[in-house]
This record gives sequence, structure tokens and C-alpha cells, in this order.
Amino acid sequence: MQLTNRSKQVSNKEMTLAEKMYLPAIAQGLAITFSHLFKKRPTIQYPEVKRYLGPVFRGHHVLKRDEEGRERCTACGLCAVACPAEAISMVAAERQKGEEHLYREEKYAAVYEINMLRCIFCGLCEEACPKQAVYLRHDKFVPVFTEREDVIFGKNKLVEDVNNRYVRNNPEVKATPTEPTLSGAAT
Amino acid sequence: MDLTALIIKTIIILVIFGVTLVIAMYSTYAERKVAAFLQDRLGPNRAGPFGLLQPLADAGKMFFKEDFIPAQASKWLFILGPCLAILTALMTSAVIPFGESVKFDNMLIPLQGIEVNIGILYVFGVVSLGVYGIMVGGWASNNKFSLLGAIRAASQNISYEIALGLSIIAILMMTGSLSVSKIVQDQHGFAWNLFNQPLGFIIFLTCAFAECNRTPFDLPECENELIGGYHTEYSSMKLGFYLFAEYINMFISSAIISSLYFGGYNYPGMDWVRENLTASLGTTGHNLATAIGSAVFFGKIFFFIFFFMWVRWTIPRFRYDQLMNLGWKSLIPLAILNIVVTGFGLLYEVKYASWIIVAVMVVLAVASQARAPKGAVSAQKV
Ligand code: SF4
Ligand code: SF4
Repeated sequence: MQLTNRSKQVSNKEMTLAEKMYLPAIAQGLAITFSHLFKKRPTIQYPEVKRYLGPVFRGHHVLKRDEEGRERCTACGLCAVACPAEAISMVAAERQKGEEHLYREEKYAAVYEINMLRCIFCGLCEEACPKQAVYLRHDKFVPVFTEREDVIFGKNKLVEDVNNRYVRNNPEVKATPTEPTLSGAAT
Repeated sequence: MDLTALIIKTIIILVIFGVTLVIAMYSTYAERKVAAFLQDRLGPNRAGPFGLLQPLADAGKMFFKEDFIPAQASKWLFILGPCLAILTALMTSAVIPFGESVKFDNMLIPLQGIEVNIGILYVFGVVSLGVYGIMVGGWASNNKFSLLGAIRAASQNISYEIALGLSIIAILMMTGSLSVSKIVQDQHGFAWNLFNQPLGFIIFLTCAFAECNRTPFDLPECENELIGGYHTEYSSMKLGFYLFAEYINMFISSAIISSLYFGGYNYPGMDWVRENLTASLGTTGHNLATAIGSAVFFGKIFFFIFFFMWVRWTIPRFRYDQLMNLGWKSLIPLAILNIVVTGFGLLYEVKYASWIIVAVMVVLAVASQARAPKGAVSAQKV
């Protein structure tokens, strides 16, 4: 079976004199490599230039709010169950009187933590969520951390900013930024 | 020779020394850039503008690495190895004429470290000492792979030195002198030896690659068989010395190739340039003309350094038996044939006698190509 037309039959035949002299083949090779001097370089200068990774890229987690700015998560724990890496843990709490503008359901996640060292960015939490509360952003990487304490991302890093909502098909996002711009954005 | 001449000579020697080091340093940068460009990459571009500070960064890194001497190594020889390598590499540049002469107080001082009337023999002597650096280092490491690399280096250099020596005998016959500056002067203008000695040039070039342990003949440091070859056990600046010696050797080989075959500082129209400059500017003009010649020489050197790199990133490494076959069974007989034919050429005053061999070889090659069974061409090389 032939997969490509580039394969060559290997044979042990005698080389002709021209082949034994190597020089024609060497000249050919030199010409090929020389032509590459003028080819376009596909390199992307990474920290300065960022490539758009597409709308389905799975990056930083975000806990969504609804249209009125209330947290959608109801602490059902389905994401934690779905997570193959067991990265998610949470503590549920009951919504008190007067907190209706903060939480959409009667039960909410008082603590919601993702261990970013465990997470494999599979996106199964996103699929499991019945409340469309957890998403993986396509426009932000999880920033680099250098301390053990920074590994676990709590609600302060995950819940979305009301004034700076995450939209999946945001046409303005042309690249996937990678710098840890999180500190100011999320509260 | 009075004091001024001595001072100027000292300056020239120091400048040659410095230039050699700087060129070797930036060859490491150029190597990486050329490799990158031939492979559609960008190469080092982070340290300084265009990555120009990369060699300094590399050197800094080398200095801060742990300088490790294996417990079973023979300590002094282990240190001696890289020193020998870099010493012999630096010594060769002494006899290369980097330009014609500078005029100072009506003194004509040639732009050359020392003028030896057996310059070429000096070069060969020092170059063959160079293999001791590798040998001693490889042996002293007390490591099988290093030793194998060293043995390979020794046998390869000895084999190719023969062809190297034989290939320039034809030139020596034509020039009638062993002095490098005499050989260069003989190629005045555009009468470069390349046009009389095409075969000798190709043999010399191939052997120069082998002598420098450059791909396709870099078997002494063949990574996939010998880890790092003779410098497996080396680290820090000792390794740096070995690597640096390789680049100095490359620069020197390029210089020798360009002075033996490409006319050194000679370029077409040089007489006209010199006359006009001297007529209009006097002594300064003379020195300026010399500078132009040197610039031309360095242009040629840079081209050959580029060529070394170009070949390195094109051709895969030879197998050891192929290397030996090529050296002993092809290059040496061809070099001897070249000597004989050139001798006959000198006898009957046919200047381009060496071309006969080239022509015959091309005809034979084409004929054998035509007779070869069609189809699976360029199959496995044996
Ligand atoms: S992306 Fe996958 S691994 Fe990460 S938290 Fe969600 S389910 Fe777990
Ligand atoms: S994020 Fe979704 S799945 Fe996870 S606990 Fe909240 S509501 Fe349940």
C-alpha cells in the first residue's frame, strides 16, 4: 500500500561514478538549503505576538454571573464529580434574606476552589454544569505561578467581573493573551 | 628593524589575534543564525538587538558552569587538552598575509604576523599538532567514548592531512615557493589559483572540512554514537575552549583557502585602485588601498565561513568507513594524479592542465550515469 508518492525503494545497487563523487548530490543539497534562506519564516515572536487560538480553546476558568449580575453557581457539585482530575472542591451555603441580588439560587458556593496544578483543562466541568456557571475562557491562559500558595484559585480569581464580562464569541478578541492580567480584572 | 617597525609589528600581531578571537566568537552566533535561516527559523534574537550579544551570554554561561574534572581522569593532561587545542588553533594565523603592506615613515611593513619562507609547512606543522589537543583531552578523560572520539579524530586527521598536503603541492610547484605571502602575491589581480587548480581546490576544501572536524566529517564528536566524542567529560570553559578552537580553526581554514586558491587580498582592478589612491592621497592612499585589499580578503574569509556552515546544515555525517574510503581511495590518488598532470602542464607550459582531469571526470561520470539502469536513482549509498 502506498500512502504518499514520496517513498523511495531502498536498494543496494552499485553507485554510478557520478554518485560516488558525491559532488552533484552535494551541489543539489546546497541549492535546496540555500533556497530556504529566502523563505518566509513561520515563527511567531511569542511574548510580543500572540496567536489567536480559536473560540474553542480551553484556558482560564470563569464562574459566570447572570444578566442581573448574580452568581449562577448553585454548588450542586456536578462539576466536581465530573472532573477527572478531582481539581474542584467547594463549600455550599444557603442564601440569606437580602442576598437575592448576589446569588441566583437559594444555595450557592461560599467557597469554590480549583487546584490549577491538578486541572488538565479538559472542559468536563463546563459540560457537566446544569446552570451554565463554569466556563473555560478561550482568551486567557492560567498565569504562571511560582509558589504553592498560588496554585489554588478561589472565587476571587474565578468569578467574573460584572463590568468586564466574558463572551465566548467576542469578535474583538484577536489573540489569546497570556500575561497574568487577572489581578485587576476579577474580584 | 628599529623600534617603530617593531611597535607596528606588535600592533599588527595583536590586532590579528584580537580579530581572530572576535571572528571566532561571532562565528558561533553566525552558525546559529545560518542554521536557523537554512531551517526557516529565526535563530537567537533575544540578547541585544538581533541577538548580537548572544556570544557574550554564551561565554558568561560557560564561565558560571561547574568546572568538573572526573575523579579517574589524569588531571594535568585533562587541563592540557583544551589549552593545546586553542593554542594550536591560534598559532596558525601568524603566517597568513592579511593584506599587502602599510607604509609608515617610508617603511613598508607587510600586514602579516611573521613572514616565514616555509609558511605553508608551518601551517601544516601546527595543524597536525592540533590533533594532540583532541587526543590528549580524549585520552585523559578516562572515558571510552572520549577515547573513541579521540582515536577517530587522530586517524581522520592523519588520513586527510596526506591528501591536504598533496593537493597543495601542485600549487607549490606552480609558485615555486612555500611562503604564503609569495603564493598570494603570485595570484596578483585576478590570476587566482582556483582557475589553474580546480581539482586541487576541491580536494583541499574537502580535507579542510575533515581537518576542522566539521560536518560532514565531524565523527570525533558524533553525538548519536559517541555522546559528545572527545569532549564528553568536559564542562565549563574547558568545553568552551574546545568549541572555540573549532571556530578559530574554521576561520583559519577559510583564510588559508582564500589565500591559497582565491587570491587572498587580490582582486581584479587592484593596481588601478592603488595607483589612483597613491597618486591622489600619497601614503594614506597606499594604506587605504591595503585596507581595501584586506577588506576583500575578509570578504572571502566570511564567504568560506558561511560555506562551512552552509555545508554543515546541508550534508549529513559520513559513516566512518565511507570517510576512510573517500580519503584514502579517492582523494589521495586524485591529488597525486593532479600533481602529475600539473607537472606535465608545467613541462609543456599548458597552464590549465588540471582542467583535463576535471573534464575527464565529468565525461566519465556522465557516461556512467547514462549507462546506469534507469529508475531507482539515488538509492542507498554504499
Ligand atoms: S477542566 Fe477538567 S480537570 Fe479542569 S477543573 Fe474542569 S473538569 Fe476538572
Ligand atoms: S459550577 Fe455548575 S456544576 Fe459546578 S457546582 Fe456550580 S452549578 Fe454545579
